[in-house]
Amino acid sequence: MYVAVKGGERAIDNAHDWLAEERRGPQDVAELDVAQIRTQLGLAVNRVMAEGSLFDPDLAALAIKQSRGDLIEAIFLIRAYRTTLPRFGYSTPVDTGAMACDRRISATFKDVPGGQVLGPTFDYTHRLLDFALEAEGLQRSEAIAPEAHPVMPRVSQFLNQEGLIQDEPRPEVDAVPGDLTRAPLELPATRALRLQALARGDEGFVLSMAYSTQRGYAKNHPFVGELRIGTVAVEMEIPELGFAVEIGDVVLSECETVNQFTGSKTEPPQFTRGYGLVFGQTERKAISMALVDRALRWKELGEDDKGAPAQDEEFVLYHADNIQATGFLEHIKLPHYVDFQSELELVRKLRREADARVRPTEAAQ
Amino acid sequence: MSAYNFAYLDEQTKRMIRRALLKGMAIPGYQVPFASREMPMPYGWGTGGVQVSAAVMVPEDCFKVIDQGADDTTNAVSIRRFFQATAGVAVTEKTAEASVIQTRHRIPERDLRQGQILVYQVPIPEPLRFLEPSEVETRKMHALEEYGLMHVKLYEDIARHGDISTSYAYPVKVEGRYVMDPSPIPKFDNPKLGMAAIQLFGAGREQRIYALPPHTDVVSLDFEDYPFQAGKADHDCDLCGAGSSYLDEVITDDAGGRMFVCSDTDFCRERREAGHVGALGVEAVA
Amino acid sequence: MKDTERAAIAQRPLLRVEGVSRRYGARIGCAEVSFDLWPGEVMGIVGESGSGKTTLLNCLAGQLAPDAGRVMFDTRDRGMVDTLDMSEAERRMLGRTDWAFVHQHAQDGLRMNVSAGGNVGERLMAVGARHYGNIREQAIDWLDRVEIAEDRVDDRPSAFSGGMRQRLQIARNLVTGPRLVFMDEPTGGLDVSVQARLLDLLRGLVREMGLSAIIVTHDLAVVRLLADRLMVMKSGHVVETGLTDQVLDDPQHAYTQLLVSSVLQV
Repeated sequence: MYVAVKGGERAIDNAHDWLAEERRGPQDVAELDVAQIRTQLGLAVNRVMAEGSLFDPDLAALAIKQSRGDLIEAIFLIRAYRTTLPRFGYSTPVDTGAMACDRRISATFKDVPGGQVLGPTFDYTHRLLDFALEAEGLQRSEAIAPEAHPVMPRVSQFLNQEGLIQDEPRPEVDAVPGDLTRAPLELPATRALRLQALARGDEGFVLSMAYSTQRGYAKNHPFVGELRIGTVAVEMEIPELGFAVEIGDVVLSECETVNQFTGSKTEPPQFTRGYGLVFGQTERKAISMALVDRALRWKELGEDDKGAPAQDEEFVLYHADNIQATGFLEHIKLPHYVDFQSELELVRKLRREADARVRPTEAAQ
Repeated sequence: MSAYNFAYLDEQTKRMIRRALLKGMAIPGYQVPFASREMPMPYGWGTGGVQVSAAVMVPEDCFKVIDQGADDTTNAVSIRRFFQATAGVAVTEKTAEASVIQTRHRIPERDLRQGQILVYQVPIPEPLRFLEPSEVETRKMHALEEYGLMHVKLYEDIARHGDISTSYAYPVKVEGRYVMDPSPIPKFDNPKLGMAAIQLFGAGREQRIYALPPHTDVVSLDFEDYPFQAGKADHDCDLCGAGSSYLDEVITDDAGGRMFVCSDTDFCRERREAGHVGALGVEAVA
Repeated sequence: MKDTERAAIAQRPLLRVEGVSRRYGARIGCAEVSFDLWPGEVMGIVGESGSGKTTLLNCLAGQLAPDAGRVMFDTRDRGMVDTLDMSEAERRMLGRTDWAFVHQHAQDGLRMNVSAGGNVGERLMAVGARHYGNIREQAIDWLDRVEIAEDRVDDRPSAFSGGMRQRLQIARNLVTGPRLVFMDEPTGGLDVSVQARLLDLLRGLVREMGLSAIIVTHDLAVVRLLADRLMVMKSGHVVETGLTDQVLDDPQHAYTQLLVSSVLQV
């Protein structure tokens, strides 16, 4: 006797229970708390904030705990939460020039006013597993974070004084940039929208796109003009007050690349820029973003369409979002048996017809 | 779940979706861009359908969800629970009782009536997508009514297989204007697209909404000498004996044994309750 | 038929080009090109590579926007219309009905993953043909006219030789009876023997159908066989125009003389 598969509800409940058990793991190991994740897995928290498009280290840490360390799942949790939040308004543009920098480097000048500051970077570590970290209760080293942050003028300013680098095209004074999460993406997209999409795009995807430009697909040799990571104040215009007030701080990574440019119909030769700005200490993403931004600007700069993936706005913007990608990819796990049945019937029918075409000829022979 | 608004989405968002729905109803078959929200279920798992359902739902509604024609498939269960939790609406498995039906991949067997709304989950709303990957280009093709390429595909099918080899998501022309993807329903369901109920299509990831008002003229694309044919397995339902319903093929043992049962579980149940019996006899009615 | 006789028959030119210019930065693509093309006339544009002839062709065919000038076409419903002012919808409609474009590389003008029959049938279906049998019949008829065997109708162009692909592209373009055909080096890149066959075929079709065409080529043999009139281009400028025989047999401009003599030496 046949009984159709029933009990979807119970199966789902059981799966959820099991998941909760696996998340906690063996009871004889101490449970992670959210503060530990926030403070000790800070770079994971930063990535979740960046791609979740929500600056909230506590929520990001909670999402990482809930998702068992699956960062795309954590980003998904943050996005689904973020979308329900009311919009009170938009902040004024943050002034990254006034950033209190923890890290600030330039590859284009040996030294710059304000100095090169390495900050907490993996750059010059030797990638050797540090087994000392296995031991618990290590002594803290002396605090070395600087107390005062010197003013650090932008590196691109120095080039700009000579007119050697193209000014960032300023949008109309009153132009409010579109909001990707409130309006459907329509192409061609403005640069502001492209940057939004890249800022929340998957780090791996943006990295690979950037890498492809370095390897010759839409080559546009970049230098890191400046990379700075630090804290900036967020201000918001309060209608009742009539002026902007500071409502909090965010940590940002900002990258400006300096790219070769040979001039065009109307422009003398000068350098151009690519731009990346991402929540948290996420410099790999910020640099990648700047490279892809520059590659996508080919039209505006009158460059050739080399047919490279990183130049294809539609390709980059439609495939950068890992939440969209992972959902659609994984949906093929859902039942498709109705469509499959339809295909089965068709293949059977076509085979019958092919058979009927072959048989009479055989009979004739 | 009281932290959330009725049917999860905030009223602003619902209004935005309703505007898109109205535009879709006014231009049947036209894909209206809408600002799809991030939903608490993954893209590709019905986020478009869920947003449309949420936007049209009122507290008096009676809600039914099917996936592959069945009410008890896991994702149908999950979506039904979502609205039970966020909207507290009545739910049902009975097609006749439901006022809003969200579906993935099927149209119920029972004729839908005026006053009912059928909401489709759509993975890829663009019928030209697999012929032309660029969205910029396909929107242009719709705007200019450049649909020659669609027929090239059908031509190639016949040239190669002797028949049109699209068996689901079979493209249709709506009111003589827009070519539309009816979502991945089997082509067996295509003739029902001119139904009396309102049909709404939501594609969350692709940010598109489209619609068919009641009694819209919907024609499946074909050639004069190779007319569209709706197909199904050449069997009757082994449980309820229905001869005209769409069937699932179920493998019953590892020796090639198989049986055919209605894909529409509610339709099959109703028939069995009314005393219809299929080839596998009374004992199947558990 | 001589130009003057044609002009007497046709009331107005099929295509009127006025002052078309296109620059690439400081470099001139083509400058101040004007001419009339009369119905049934084949115009050859010759010049070495870099002379601006392909730029001009792309400007005329609506594939490149000129910086200045007008490209007037005698449309069926509205008479002479500047195609540069047309909406994209109108221009595309023209592109699949009254205009045709034969690319130098057949793969640019064909759908390589669609059968030969589908390639020829596409234009028919684009203008509303909905009977599979008829479409196929016409496709086979056209394959025959370009000397491709009927049993290749279901093969993809990727399985065809270069010459066959080019002939298929021509069939695909001519099946809907366009009034104006643009050709960009239609024999370029083919073996000499294949070129000869293709030229022969093109000449037959041009005569039989009374086609109006603009053919860009660097090969004087092509225009000698196909073109009624010639325009010689150098550095983006038209340096000489006239009846084909006149220009080739009695070139006036030093550059044309050079072109003609360099061919004769071969």
